[in-house]
Amino acid sequence: MSRAQPEQQAPPVQRLRVRYAKRGRMRFTSHRDFSRAFERALVRARVPMAYSSGFNPHPRISYAGASPTGSASEAEYLEIGLAQVLDPADVARTLAGSLPPGLDVVEVADVATARTGGLTELLQASRWRVETDLPVTTARAGVTDFLALESVPVERMTKKGLRTFDCRTAVLHLEVEDAEVDAAGRPGSTLDLLLRHTVPSVRPDDVLTGIRSCSSLPLPDRVLLTRLAQGPLTPAEDGLEDPLSAAPAPG
Amino acid sequence: MTASLFPRLEPRLSSVSKPIQYVGGELNSTVKDWDCAPEGEETVRWSLMYPDAYEVGLPNQGVQILYEVLNERDWILAERTYAVWPDMEAVMREEQIPQFTVDGHRAVRDFDVLGISFATELGYTNMLNALDLAGIALHAVDRGEDEPIVLGGGHAAFNPEPVADFIDAAVLGDGEQAVLLISDVIREWKGEGRPGGREELLRRLAMLGSVYVPRFYDVTYGEDGAIEAVVPNRPGIPYRVTKHTLMDLDAWPYPAKPLVPLAETVHERFSVEIFRGCTRGCRFCQAGMITRPVRERSISTIGAMVENGIRASGFEEVGLLSLSSADHTEIGEMATDLADRYEGTNVSLSLPSTRVDAFNITLANEFSRNGRRSGLTFAPEGGSERMRKVINKMVSVDDLIDTVATAYSHGWRQVKLYFMCGLPTETDEDVLEIAELAKRVIATGREVSGRNDIRCTVSIGGFVPKPHTPFQWAQQLDHETTDERLRKLREDVRADKKYARAIGFRYHDGRPGIVEGLLSRGDRRVGKVIEESWRAGGRFDGWSEHFSYDRWAAAAEVGLAGTGVDLDWYTTRGREQDEVLPWDHLDSGLDKDWLWSDWEDALAAGEDPDGPAGEVEDCRWTPCYDCGVCPEMGTDIQIGPTGQRLLPLAVV
Ligand code: B12
Ligand code: SF4
Repeated sequence: MSRAQPEQQAPPVQRLRVRYAKRGRMRFTSHRDFSRAFERALVRARVPMAYSSGFNPHPRISYAGASPTGSASEAEYLEIGLAQVLDPADVARTLAGSLPPGLDVVEVADVATARTGGLTELLQASRWRVETDLPVTTARAGVTDFLALESVPVERMTKKGLRTFDCRTAVLHLEVEDAEVDAAGRPGSTLDLLLRHTVPSVRPDDVLTGIRSCSSLPLPDRVLLTRLAQGPLTPAEDGLEDPLSAAPAPG
Repeated sequence: MTASLFPRLEPRLSSVSKPIQYVGGELNSTVKDWDCAPEGEETVRWSLMYPDAYEVGLPNQGVQILYEVLNERDWILAERTYAVWPDMEAVMREEQIPQFTVDGHRAVRDFDVLGISFATELGYTNMLNALDLAGIALHAVDRGEDEPIVLGGGHAAFNPEPVADFIDAAVLGDGEQAVLLISDVIREWKGEGRPGGREELLRRLAMLGSVYVPRFYDVTYGEDGAIEAVVPNRPGIPYRVTKHTLMDLDAWPYPAKPLVPLAETVHERFSVEIFRGCTRGCRFCQAGMITRPVRERSISTIGAMVENGIRASGFEEVGLLSLSSADHTEIGEMATDLADRYEGTNVSLSLPSTRVDAFNITLANEFSRNGRRSGLTFAPEGGSERMRKVINKMVSVDDLIDTVATAYSHGWRQVKLYFMCGLPTETDEDVLEIAELAKRVIATGREVSGRNDIRCTVSIGGFVPKPHTPFQWAQQLDHETTDERLRKLREDVRADKKYARAIGFRYHDGRPGIVEGLLSRGDRRVGKVIEESWRAGGRFDGWSEHFSYDRWAAAAEVGLAGTGVDLDWYTTRGREQDEVLPWDHLDSGLDKDWLWSDWEDALAAGEDPDGPAGEVEDCRWTPCYDCGVCPEMGTDIQIGPTGQRLLPLAVV
């Protein structure tokens, strides 16, 4: 057989942005696990995907900054390109029925009617809930010490080896909530963290490491990280806007 | 009621590798109430284990089928459990978390039955580890009333003697009906208030005649170390235990709800078993011998199963599996119709390795219509014509060369060839012929395609004699000679600069094969060796990075001390016709005299390849040659053609 030119695939006729959650035990899915499961769900849901061109065409899906394995999330985003125009609400419904419980579709929006800007561009920061088993007063003391500093270097093993970077500048807001028990009634403290997306990216566990490095905060036995929201920063950089809303982009 | 262990597990999951394998929640998985039976009825609870890592065990069809068949009954609950990796084992031991199911995270010890699927003997140490983690007594005789019945199944269960100390019972053959039968007995016994305890339950199971309960048989050994006799030790227990055979596979279209893992596994596709059994008669093949006769699924059922499987799983690759898939009476129609149906979609079809003589290019083209021409796999198994006569896999070199020439001239660039080393009567010359064959394959490929990027991969496995085959009496080749033969072969290929770079080699050293040989043809005395090996840290023996020959050799020294027999006795020793084999009381239907005469034919063909010694043909196309199975088991060959075709699917 001669080596033919790969067939040129038609560009997508519609782009949809999907917000999904990683809940409960599904927080242990890695990004690769999720993408495999999502592609299978698209097949089961018979979503008419557009394909990339090339010798090995694959469905057009772009993922934006996935949360680390082990952390839960209420606000993960991706974008898909379709070969046929569909009602986003229908896609949300069929997709939800095709994913295992715990990987839950929250919302699907049409890019054509959404606010301008690429997905990665819109996802400027994340709001995290950090639940630990440390008492509120202990946690507060650590956070106060941390916030008093201009920069706090931390180390983390990355694929490229051990890296050192500052974890303080990316923190836009950090506060220990008053509640002394978590949703399950276990004693502990909850941190509210607004974190700007930077390169290299600072993760909420880096912030915990940072707090421990500059205070006497002990190592918590239990930490549960949940991304509550992602999106464009408000003009005052003290909160997030909805990336899927039709509102005009800031600036 | 049994509580979920998940809350205790969860805080530690982030510290182990690939935690997703322990959380369950796969699409199409089932979690039922602990007391799921209708009001007033007994619930029967199974945990099903594949004794290897989740990534290997999850795709296993046997377990998926039994899981589904059991869970379809409203009074049965079935959950799955797998071997945990050493990092997880350490966490579990530290936190005292017992072996759990991935569905409900319930303790395996709390179920009525722990059913273990032994596709290979190399899972035995993982079974012991799971029992230990579960808090279930290692030895069947020590188990208390509140402990589950440990039940073995799968191909290796055709000789469960090496694990006789650890299992309470074993089932030979197809499991679909067997697990329901066993569930019935358990339900009744529980409903009566468990009269006579587990001993009575086991007795009732043994009385079925198709569930083997090792403790009800006494084994005595003679002076020479061989078995003298295996006899039932209480009244009413049958002398022989027979295998199960599922007839009418169309009535059992499972898996209908294929499990879709989140984690990456070794087998990322949806498979449909297109028939069970194989009567090609390859003398080394245990699978072919123990699964007779051939029972086909019809083309219509297969078409429906493929469509349902794709829809239910989202897999886009479909495997049509069986022991020799190109032999299905309607494989051609099936390939064309399925390729038509899924034309223009991303659904691709695949077959496991094909017999050289069953290969045809139309078929191969259909299978690659929607996919890529990745590579073709053939399994001549024997390097020389003489060897192929010995093993009854009659393919001539010319046939093979013709076949690959066709493949290369139709655009395939890669051919994979499977061979075995260490077959009965084999010499260095037989193995070296593999090199000549591979070179001819490349030369032919270059010639017919006019290209230089032709490749051929030669995969070589060590031959391990298996129970219930004509080679069950054979000497296994010692690992030193195996390694030496493979070294010579490799040198031979490497020395020829013209071809060396086009031929790839894949083989393992001979030592794991010796351990597999011990476990395959072992008797009850081998149990001590397995236990010793596990105590010395043995786990995941199917993984080269975990397997240790030295650990096994040391365990054999200790475990067999005082018996008068040793590792060599079990492996490299040939058996005589009158020797009582450890599995003689387990009835696969095959007539021992037929097996023996087939073994003699093999040896005669080895002596005189051009002589009259018998080629065994396939009873699907030639008259029955009385292997014994059909009359013994009351079964019949069930094959097409049905003459049906698959209609295009309505567009939705
Ligand atoms: C697909 C496949 C694979 C896949 C998937 C394996 C998997 N996780 O399931 C891959 C490629 C990974 C694979 C690997 C190997 N495989 Co493979 N594989 C097959 C194949 C083609 C199909 C298996 C299958 O799904 N059968 C259908 C199911 C329904 O049958 P089943 O599992 O036996 O289950 C039934 C009964 O046995 C019984 N049963 C099973 N478990 C239990 C448990 C209980 C309690 C009860 C009551 C009943 C019961 O009930 C089931 C329903 O009837 C078979 C050939 C064949 N057609 O069987 C070879 C085969 C099973 N594999 C074989 C071998 C040798 C291997 C490897 C060791 C190869 C190697 N050297 O690496 C590895 C081992 C992997 C491992 N650690 O388990 C041999 C087994 C040899 C033998 N005993 O005769 C076979 C028979 C091929 C052959 N002809 O040589 N394999
Ligand atoms: S008994 Fe006869 S027909 Fe049945 S499997 Fe054996 S040879 Fe074939």
